[in-house]
Amino acid sequence: MQEHHHRTDKQINTDLLSSIFSTPKWWPIATLACLIVYLTGMTAFAYMLNKGVGVTGLNRPVFWGFYMVNFVFWIGISHAGIMISAILRLTQAEWRRPITRAAEVLTVFSLIAALQAAPLVHVGRPWRADLWVFPYDFSRGIWINVKSPFIWDPSAVMTYLTASSLFVFVCLIPDLAIIRDRTKGIVSKIYGFLALGWRGTPVQWKLQIVAGILLSALVLPVFVSVHSIVSWDFAAQIGPEAWHSTIFAPYFIIGAIHSGVSAVATVMVVMVWLFKWDKYITPDHLDAIGRLLIIVATAWFFFFFLEWVYALYTLEGPELAMRELQVFKMPWSAMFIIFVITAYLFPVPMWLFKKVRRNFLWMFITTISVNIGMWLERFLIIVPGLMRKQPLMFNWGSYTPSIVEILMVAMTFAWVLMGMLLFARVFPLIPLFDIKEGMVGRDEIKIGRAKVPASIRE
Amino acid sequence: MFNKRSVIGLFTDEDSVADALDKVSESGFKSTEYEILTGTPYPDGTFGDEEPKHKLYRFPIIGAMCGFIVGLLLTAGNQIAFPLITGGKPLLSIPPMLIIMYEGTMLGAILFTVFGIIFESRLPRLFMGAYDTKITEGYIGICITSSPDKMLQAEEVLKNSGAEEVKRGWE
Repeated sequence: MQEHHHRTDKQINTDLLSSIFSTPKWWPIATLACLIVYLTGMTAFAYMLNKGVGVTGLNRPVFWGFYMVNFVFWIGISHAGIMISAILRLTQAEWRRPITRAAEVLTVFSLIAALQAAPLVHVGRPWRADLWVFPYDFSRGIWINVKSPFIWDPSAVMTYLTASSLFVFVCLIPDLAIIRDRTKGIVSKIYGFLALGWRGTPVQWKLQIVAGILLSALVLPVFVSVHSIVSWDFAAQIGPEAWHSTIFAPYFIIGAIHSGVSAVATVMVVMVWLFKWDKYITPDHLDAIGRLLIIVATAWFFFFFLEWVYALYTLEGPELAMRELQVFKMPWSAMFIIFVITAYLFPVPMWLFKKVRRNFLWMFITTISVNIGMWLERFLIIVPGLMRKQPLMFNWGSYTPSIVEILMVAMTFAWVLMGMLLFARVFPLIPLFDIKEGMVGRDEIKIGRAKVPASIRE
Repeated sequence: MFNKRSVIGLFTDEDSVADALDKVSESGFKSTEYEILTGTPYPDGTFGDEEPKHKLYRFPIIGAMCGFIVGLLLTAGNQIAFPLITGGKPLLSIPPMLIIMYEGTMLGAILFTVFGIIFESRLPRLFMGAYDTKITEGYIGICITSSPDKMLQAEEVLKNSGAEEVKRGWE
């Protein structure tokens, strides 16, 4: 970190709580717009509940479409949120400080979006989903089938959601105490209740620091398991070609990290633009995450390449035909080209330039580009994989999403945006105590004629 | 708890807090009777105090064991209660059971860790005792909690140690 803006505790409180104590003009408009899109999606969902899944473009054999694509996409976004926070905490990377909270909150809202995107809406009769997820059907004596990936999925996602929500809450307690001390009346009482009577004793601080590291260490294996299990939703099926790949679990995980870290970078840029936190999120932070993205993107591209090598090397007719469909047949070929360009060929060469990595607008464009590509990647895995006649199916098919599905995809994006906007109005998006801790251990040291910012830690 | 009173002195810099702590200790207050309140995590020993002790690491281990047992009972119990042969595999098929047992283990570890953090931090705390909102603005507080008859002495010590402000609270 080369840039160093020294701020007092009072200045940090004022700066970073500005999103709570003052309402920017754009905030109600943006939130209302998200709410309208969200409610429109919910109306589409209600319509689908009433009429049945026949109002979607789903059919036999393409039984998964936009919903499942969106589910995998949001699970992917949720992963890097916690991943980046956990790894940076464990390695005590200084540049983590302003971005951990936003990354963790993005995880929570993305996971809820993923749950809204597919598992609950996809089953035809969502009100009966609990019967095959939770083991409580005492009256009928029918119990859940633990051998099904659709039981592994809810157990993993719910574990991850519980863990990441608690992670956010535990790390939020000291900041809740700050808001409690700066508010009055009933508002102060509510924040005081949430802060659990935090006072800032040495034991409490010690446990807060240990908690950050310990929970990171515990959440990381969960994060790896969740996307592995999502990949097994595909790999454990015996029908579609191109899904039986042992590489699917690590390929999905690295893809999730690629899209998720990009999403965190996008959120960082948006936070600076909306809340003017440029003294806390500096070009140095973007530069660091840009470098990380080059490595992550290249690792993902390697797995993408391997998946193709394995697929083509077998020389199996159905597998080759499916790949031909993906690459040479319209509209899939056009999507494939867009996917490869937006997910890798455009952003990564751009990130090689320091000026791009340190530029907020360019980082916004390139990271959004990655997520357009990664959404298409999931689409190209799911839909062409199902279109061809399979050994245990008897028909060919195609897929065109209906307006209901499009509205519900838009709904999940609106949900995440709205969630982040609402969170920012009630809780600080940058952890104040973490920033203050960074200031305590920061100094400028003189080496020859140069003054270099230094961080001192235990 | 109710027969104790507390008093807090507010300081602006770390060195004066360290000096004040020495004086508080020299005045006969035991280490269990005073604590430092800060709005920022400081490195251990900044104020010459002892390193805080905790037993947090026990919690995830106990939680993981509980979670593993619940996962095992859940998966085995479900399959025995509803014996559905899938793909010609054994009824108690280990690989799918492992997945849910793994998630149970991790969930147990995480839930117990969070419980441990809250328990070891002695939260929730219903009565704040002597406290000042300036602490979250950068002031450092020394809070002495003792019997009511020692409050005057505590106030004197804190004032003589250079506290900018001294105020009383109750436990």
